[in-house]
Amino acid sequence: MQAALGHPFVIALPFVVGVLFWLVALRERRRGLITGQTFFQRNGTAVGLFLIAAVAFWAVFMIVLPQLFMVEMSFRPKLPPSAIGGPRDLYTLQNYHYFLFGSPTSSAEWNFIHIKAFFLTILASILVTIGNFLLCYPLAFYMAQVANGARLRFLLLLLITPYWVNEILRAFAFRVIFSSGGLINKLLLAAGLLHEPIDFLGMDVGMYAGLSYAYLLLMVFPLYNAIENLPKAQIEAARDLGAPWWHIHVFIVMPFAKPGIASGCTLVFMLTSGALAAPLVLGGPRSLWFTPIVYDRFYQAFNWPQGSAYAFILLLTCIAFVLAVMRFGKLSLGEITR
Amino acid sequence: MTADVELDGLTVRFGSFTAVADANLRIRGGEFFSFLGPSGCGKTTILRTISGFIDPTQGAVRIGGQDMRGIGANKRPTALIFQSLALFPMMSVADNIGYGLRVRGVGKSVRQKKVDELLHLVALGDQGAKKVDELSGGQRQRVAIARALAVEPQVLLLDEPLSALDLKLRQHMRNELRAIQKRVGITFIYITHDQGEALTMSDRIAVMNRGRIEQVGDGRDVYNAPRTAFVASFVGENNAIVGFVTDVAEGMAVIEGKLGRFRATNPLGLKKGALATLFVRPEALRFGAADNSLAAITREIAYEGNLTHVGLRTAEDTHLTVLLSAGEAAPEMDAPASVGFDAARAIILPPRQDD
Repeated sequence: MQAALGHPFVIALPFVVGVLFWLVALRERRRGLITGQTFFQRNGTAVGLFLIAAVAFWAVFMIVLPQLFMVEMSFRPKLPPSAIGGPRDLYTLQNYHYFLFGSPTSSAEWNFIHIKAFFLTILASILVTIGNFLLCYPLAFYMAQVANGARLRFLLLLLITPYWVNEILRAFAFRVIFSSGGLINKLLLAAGLLHEPIDFLGMDVGMYAGLSYAYLLLMVFPLYNAIENLPKAQIEAARDLGAPWWHIHVFIVMPFAKPGIASGCTLVFMLTSGALAAPLVLGGPRSLWFTPIVYDRFYQAFNWPQGSAYAFILLLTCIAFVLAVMRFGKLSLGEITR
Repeated sequence: MTADVELDGLTVRFGSFTAVADANLRIRGGEFFSFLGPSGCGKTTILRTISGFIDPTQGAVRIGGQDMRGIGANKRPTALIFQSLALFPMMSVADNIGYGLRVRGVGKSVRQKKVDELLHLVALGDQGAKKVDELSGGQRQRVAIARALAVEPQVLLLDEPLSALDLKLRQHMRNELRAIQKRVGITFIYITHDQGEALTMSDRIAVMNRGRIEQVGDGRDVYNAPRTAFVASFVGENNAIVGFVTDVAEGMAVIEGKLGRFRATNPLGLKKGALATLFVRPEALRFGAADNSLAAITREIAYEGNLTHVGLRTAEDTHLTVLLSAGEAAPEMDAPASVGFDAARAIILPPRQDD
């Protein structure tokens, strides 16, 4: 199919969907399924129009359209600007094909390098998420149930202020700490614990530390929120009934905080798997993270269609994974927003 | 099995605030014992100290003769029913009741059997599979009781568990709690600020004020023979007349104040010249009585069917309440009246220490 037809279709799509929803609402109102004031009656015509225009602009132009253009682009071939819109500009699956099978000229059966990086990224993101949870749960519990007033505010300050430092600077700071001549190695050497420096960066320790730290707050706060709502009396009741501390956490606090745990883990997993700065700056020479590969598709290979295809493969896989885990944990999407 | 609970010089301080001051008390095994007092009097602190959530600053708690120092809340032979009940919302009724057994590693089938027994005991036989929030207030109350009894405590501690219920249900649950206590036969320690609850359910009551136990006794003792001015005014209604002791003889005393001269019992043996308060119950005040009489004006008549409350004010602006039973004639509104009382039914005590 000629790709030139794609753009008008993509641009029209959100508006068509919007109109369809409006028609459905209209029909339901006529059938009496919706009653009460209409949106315009409630807000007045001027305010109503402004609200619709503002929200539509924000949603359509800032969120939906850019993503749709990327999807559309991922199905196009890589062409020189002069050939775009020409007879060779046909929709194709070649970018997705490339991810699985590599270049048509390569002799390998599968595109092992990219596939391996992809699955390692997913696996590592899962591990980083679990690690983050183990790190943040005690902290969140302490903040929500134990710490009071001044100490809580102090802790929050300690947590938040380091995030004023931007992500790139933080990543390079980690590099300084973990490098062969860095702070940690110097200290260990000076203490006589080591005879030669450990290559933390080469072992990807730096990268995982950076990744874990990058989204720590997004784990702490949902957990904190969820645990804070747990009445202290429930913990005391469990204790009074004879429960040891670990039993209280596993069977009382965590089930109660499940929505918060799910929301924190989802955020951290999604963002970690898509993180760029930490893998780019802190990744060792042998590290294979998927996001730098995607980045390279765009800026090294100048192959934007392929880059978008790669980015979408990552996005869809992550969404599918998260939904599967939530189904397994008997959680609905609505619950994690509580 | 049931156990004595002994408080031996128990003192609990939070910073500079003394919540419980030198409490000495022996609660007998199998007794229904209540701590009665206004909020902030230290009764909840005592309960939480017995259950192990607060450590005594001084003194000791002994349960069944064993000092509880260093024994955590999860190791004590007590079970606490929280004011908020603190049922676990993510568990079913049966899982709530079985939680303590699960913690103890009791097998599933044994647990099931015990839970069924308890559901039966609290008349919730077929509700085991329900979620806690599907139950009514009274039913939740019973789940909390069953959950606490499941661990077979020697002492059951109850922290105002009825305060969230409406009046009718509260009265019903009083009877039920009392019946359950009779059936299981263990020590119940009950905290309340509601004298009605304390008087109807308890074998004995400790009346507390400002961290101190002011009096311990059964309901009749506490009501009829208060030992302090606080107990006299906190338990039931009372009319207070202030004055100085001017004469003492044979367990009786006379006080004189701006309202006049009155004779009453003197159980604490107050000496001549002491500042004192005379307490006389509204039901002991009688219109037209010749003894101990004083003049006042009727200001309020509240008819309650079986009873009538009459509010009076003296020329010195002291309020008095008279309680009339159904057959008695009420005086006229805003008319002068004379009320008096039998000296044997009034009591002279030292004034309150705290005001």
